[in-house]
Amino acid sequence: MTLFLEQVLNGLQFGVLLFLLSAGLTLVFGIMGLVNLAHGSLYMLGAYFAVTFVAWTESFLLGSIAALLSTVIVGILLERSVVRGLYDRPHLEQVLGTFGLILFFNELARLAFGPAGLSLSPPPWLAGQINVLGIPYPSYRLVVLVAGILAAAAMYVMIARTRAGMLLRAAAANRGMAEALGVNVRLLFLAVFALGAALSGLAGILAAPLLTVRVGMGEEVLLLAFVVVVIGGIGSIRGAFVAAVLIGLIDTVGRAYLPGLLRAAFAGPVADAVGPALASMLIYVALAVVLVLRPRGLFPTAARTDVAA
Amino acid sequence: MNRGVLLLAAALFVLMVAAAPAALLLGMPYLLSLFQKLAILAIAAAGLNLVLGYAGLPAFGHGAFVGIGSYTVGILAAEAADGALASAWLQFPLAALVAGLAAALIGAISLRTRGVAFLMITLAFGQMLYFGAVALERYGGDDGMIIVRASAFGDFTLARGFGSYVFTLAVLAVVLLLMYRVTRSPFGFVLRGAAANERRMLAVGVAVPSYRVGAFALSGAICGVAGVLWANYTAFLSPAPLAWTWSVQLAVMVLLGGAGTLFGPLFGAAAFVLLEEVLTGALQPWRLDWHIVFGPLLLLVVLAAPGGIAGLLGRPQHG
Repeated sequence: MTLFLEQVLNGLQFGVLLFLLSAGLTLVFGIMGLVNLAHGSLYMLGAYFAVTFVAWTESFLLGSIAALLSTVIVGILLERSVVRGLYDRPHLEQVLGTFGLILFFNELARLAFGPAGLSLSPPPWLAGQINVLGIPYPSYRLVVLVAGILAAAAMYVMIARTRAGMLLRAAAANRGMAEALGVNVRLLFLAVFALGAALSGLAGILAAPLLTVRVGMGEEVLLLAFVVVVIGGIGSIRGAFVAAVLIGLIDTVGRAYLPGLLRAAFAGPVADAVGPALASMLIYVALAVVLVLRPRGLFPTAARTDVAA
Repeated sequence: MNRGVLLLAAALFVLMVAAAPAALLLGMPYLLSLFQKLAILAIAAAGLNLVLGYAGLPAFGHGAFVGIGSYTVGILAAEAADGALASAWLQFPLAALVAGLAAALIGAISLRTRGVAFLMITLAFGQMLYFGAVALERYGGDDGMIIVRASAFGDFTLARGFGSYVFTLAVLAVVLLLMYRVTRSPFGFVLRGAAANERRMLAVGVAVPSYRVGAFALSGAICGVAGVLWANYTAFLSPAPLAWTWSVQLAVMVLLGGAGTLFGPLFGAAAFVLLEEVLTGALQPWRLDWHIVFGPLLLLVVLAAPGGIAGLLGRPQHG
């Protein structure tokens, strides 16, 4: 039971990180119609920046803030220089162009930060464990979980309750009409892309102490984020949240228990081999099942409207 | 088809054919190896082009069908007590059949969705097959394994060398000829018509989905054949071709060369392989990877020349 609770907490924490990544992806897709494979690169850069700046400033908090700002600046420069030109292109060409960006950023990271994986320790005041519902749980992981939920709540309030959020929903519903009514759509797109970069960078910074920071970490998680976006319903923040938590739980709990369950059901070497493979496949199976039953995701957005709620 | 495209295609073919005796006479087996890789990738890209280019469907899981072809060779070679199972007479039809059936099944399910969801679901099926291949511990699992027995038509072996190179070129020529016929057949016109205006095609009374499943099957089968060649070329069974980056790379070749054009996949594969070769050499002194140039180049192609290489050579009249 203790182990199960811990796995569920891990799953939730992973899900929250996935949400931070997918929220930006789904916004950029829902509003600008851009399939941005390079979104994972911003996550990777966030993590690398965190390692670098935490070492420089010798403070986890200061370093993280610097890393977040740097990722946003990269995001803004990226939008201004090349991404803007991709908005009105067919999806195939967007995939080609942003795949090019992945290759570029990966090599850039290898040059700037070296080929070896880097690691970042959580701040000393979060290095211990904390008691959650009677089980000891790493404090840092709990902070990641809470930070992710706070970010999700802040986004919800921003989109549903503020003027900026209203403009954003307007542009998503009908770009041309919003523009005709005087909304500066170009500026809005830049802001959305920067917001996506910030969320992606935040995910990278939060994840940095939990894993090895290395070239290629962006692609692995990018695929999961895309799965989340599609399961949730493209353009839907709420869908992304539900799907991210779902995928986080399925993946974590599945990896922990599926091999054991299979071994209990069918003893022998076949179960040993199939278990881990099936656990890795689980989220893709989930995606296929959801899409077959509900081709437009769990929370379909009617003709690119209704970004937020 | 315009003259520039034809000239470039002819030049490439002449170069590849001439490379065979040249490499043999000058003792440069490396040249053959490079061009053989080019030809195999061009075959796979040509298969993908039917779906991606002509039918206009953003499929990003075709690496899996190349993988199925490779695993057909690898598994049969590993299980072959005698030479019978390593016969190319058996392996080519079997690989094409299995890859074609898998593609038809995946296509039939994926075609329920469209747009980015379609892109993602094809990618997801590719990932499933990838993890499935990784689970095959008996056949090397994650690390892969050496293929001990190359495919052979009787005494004619497909192990890397002069004979296998010529055979690969012949397969490429046959596949391109097949694509030429298919895309100009009523079947091909339905695919292209549906890509241009699906609603009109349906209104005319054409069962578009069945045609698209057919396109998937044919394109999967061609990729399966490329997989058989790839396994013999590398003499190594690996889950790598099933990884999603491989699928994206195949799509990159199609788009780089010119999607929905006969010779686009050949141009794209040539650009990819030759750029890798030239850039890797040129960037060696600075210890830079060729991707640092290739990445921005892709972006440039999208922004400045969305028709790819074939598009740069002039407007195609029809395909």
